[in-house]
Amino acid sequence: MATQINNKALHTYLLRLADSSLTMGQRLAEWCGHGPYLEEDVALTNVSLDLIGHAQIFYQLAVALSDDSQTADDLAFLRDSHEYRNPIITELPKGDFAYTTLKQYFIDVFSVQLYQALSKSSYEPLSLAAQKALMEVKYHLKRSEAWVERLSLSTDEAKVRMQKALNDLWFYTPELFETDAALNELIEQGVIADLLALKTKWNEQVKTLLQRCQLEIPESGWVATGGLAGEHSEHLGYMLAEMQFLQRAYPGCEW
Amino acid sequence: MYSQGLTDAKGQEEPADLLAEFQAKIDREEKIEPRDWMPMAYRKTLIRQMSQHAHSEIVGQLPEGNWITRAPTLNRKMILLAKVQDEAGHGLYIYSATETLGVSRDQLTDELLTGKAKYSSIFNYPTPSWADMGAIGWLVDGAAIMNQVPLCRCSYGPYARSMVRICKEESFHQRQGYEIMTVLARGTQAQKDMAQRALNRTWWPSLMMFGPSDKNSTHSAQSMKWKIKRFSNDELRQKFIDATVPQAEHLGLTIPDPDLKWNEETGHYDHGEINWDELFQVIKGNGPCNKERLQARIDAHENGEWVREAAQTYQQKQNNQHNEAA
Ligand SMILES: [Fe+2]
Ligand SMILES: [Fe+2]
Repeated sequence: MATQINNKALHTYLLRLADSSLTMGQRLAEWCGHGPYLEEDVALTNVSLDLIGHAQIFYQLAVALSDDSQTADDLAFLRDSHEYRNPIITELPKGDFAYTTLKQYFIDVFSVQLYQALSKSSYEPLSLAAQKALMEVKYHLKRSEAWVERLSLSTDEAKVRMQKALNDLWFYTPELFETDAALNELIEQGVIADLLALKTKWNEQVKTLLQRCQLEIPESGWVATGGLAGEHSEHLGYMLAEMQFLQRAYPGCEW
Repeated sequence: MYSQGLTDAKGQEEPADLLAEFQAKIDREEKIEPRDWMPMAYRKTLIRQMSQHAHSEIVGQLPEGNWITRAPTLNRKMILLAKVQDEAGHGLYIYSATETLGVSRDQLTDELLTGKAKYSSIFNYPTPSWADMGAIGWLVDGAAIMNQVPLCRCSYGPYARSMVRICKEESFHQRQGYEIMTVLARGTQAQKDMAQRALNRTWWPSLMMFGPSDKNSTHSAQSMKWKIKRFSNDELRQKFIDATVPQAEHLGLTIPDPDLKWNEETGHYDHGEINWDELFQVIKGNGPCNKERLQARIDAHENGEWVREAAQTYQQKQNNQHNEAA
């Protein structure tokens, strides 16, 4: 490769991938034991497990890239919210089953397209990780897409809940494609995916389904932004307080 | 002689020849299958026992589910999540196996949610610390294995087969629990204390998992004859104690029973008296978490109502469209 990869930028991007998977997985795990029926309880937990697994892989890539002695667990359990890099949508509360399902669908479409693109990354460890994760998120997408349709085209109550979920979630989605100068450099070098191109693709695919489901995209709302720079919603702090409790209360222990 | 006190659904005595044949089959260690003739009381006993078992798996998700979002490392989080998910899977298999006896899962769920059906008393205890995840895996899954291994040879085929599959997973559960305890016991003083407190909390309730002592057990004799049960409550409890005491010693933890000691003569550990009153209170609904556990299941069921309804409505619409097209 002619140009040197900017390690710091790539490190930050790997954290963005890992933090996104971890926060999604953590939220889904809240359903365990509380799902609408047993089969769904098991299915949601499966997705959660896959996502936490992806997070671990991306954290390990970040660890490999860095000079300090931090482990994957240190990255997950010892960073504060301003150091988390996920887009805000992944840290939002689990909400009802409609909200969880639609959020999952948005992320699943994104992840499939993203990992497809990242499979071609010029940075081989990332390409390999993306190929592995891709197989799993394809399956997640099948499931969440079927549920979006099932819920939207069924009872009045389900439809109302889905429309409300869409109203609440829609303007969190543009942030998935946000970049900054450092990321743009990585995109140009072919290290990470062209997020602008993904945005078009994502919108096409998602809008087709929403239309088939007779759901209406809201006209205006607060367009989420900030995760990439470590600026988050109020929700992330509570999630981390819960998730990091043991590591914070008993520092330096083995578990 | 087989018909002693056994009556069918209409209160008629079960036919002696069928009963004799049924018992002979069991004595030959052949499995009873769903389509085979069986006495009403056998069917009822199994439905009661199997549904209680299935409910226990489902309610049993809650005490450990309590720590999934707070597990201390990514690996621990994934292992715990997978473990609790297994329990949901166990509930599913056992509900399906119970359905072969002519009851529906909806009916069984309804009995759980209305408080008519019981589940294992152990899940009515709280899990205030991470070490409880270790103690539960080690002791509660350990006790479950003691109970369930003999059930792999239960006379009712579908139950026996579901147990074979489940027991494999239970041994992974027990190992991960013991491993959590091992790490804590070798850790800092605070971690050791955490582990000891969890053992103190879990020890007696896990002994109670084997049920009342043989002197007071109402269902035992008939279940033994039908080979639903293979060992008595006290026999299984003793096996569990004998297996567990050396493990606690290996961990350097103290079992909270001053009367516990090795008996050369019997070749078993003697142990102190179990607080049976506590067990009966918990079974009656007066344990520390009975209300919360049941409410959590009721909430999940009620919050899921619209989802189940939507799925059904969607399916009907699909079917209708399909029929119109045809
Ligand atoms: Fe189980
Ligand atoms: Fe288990």
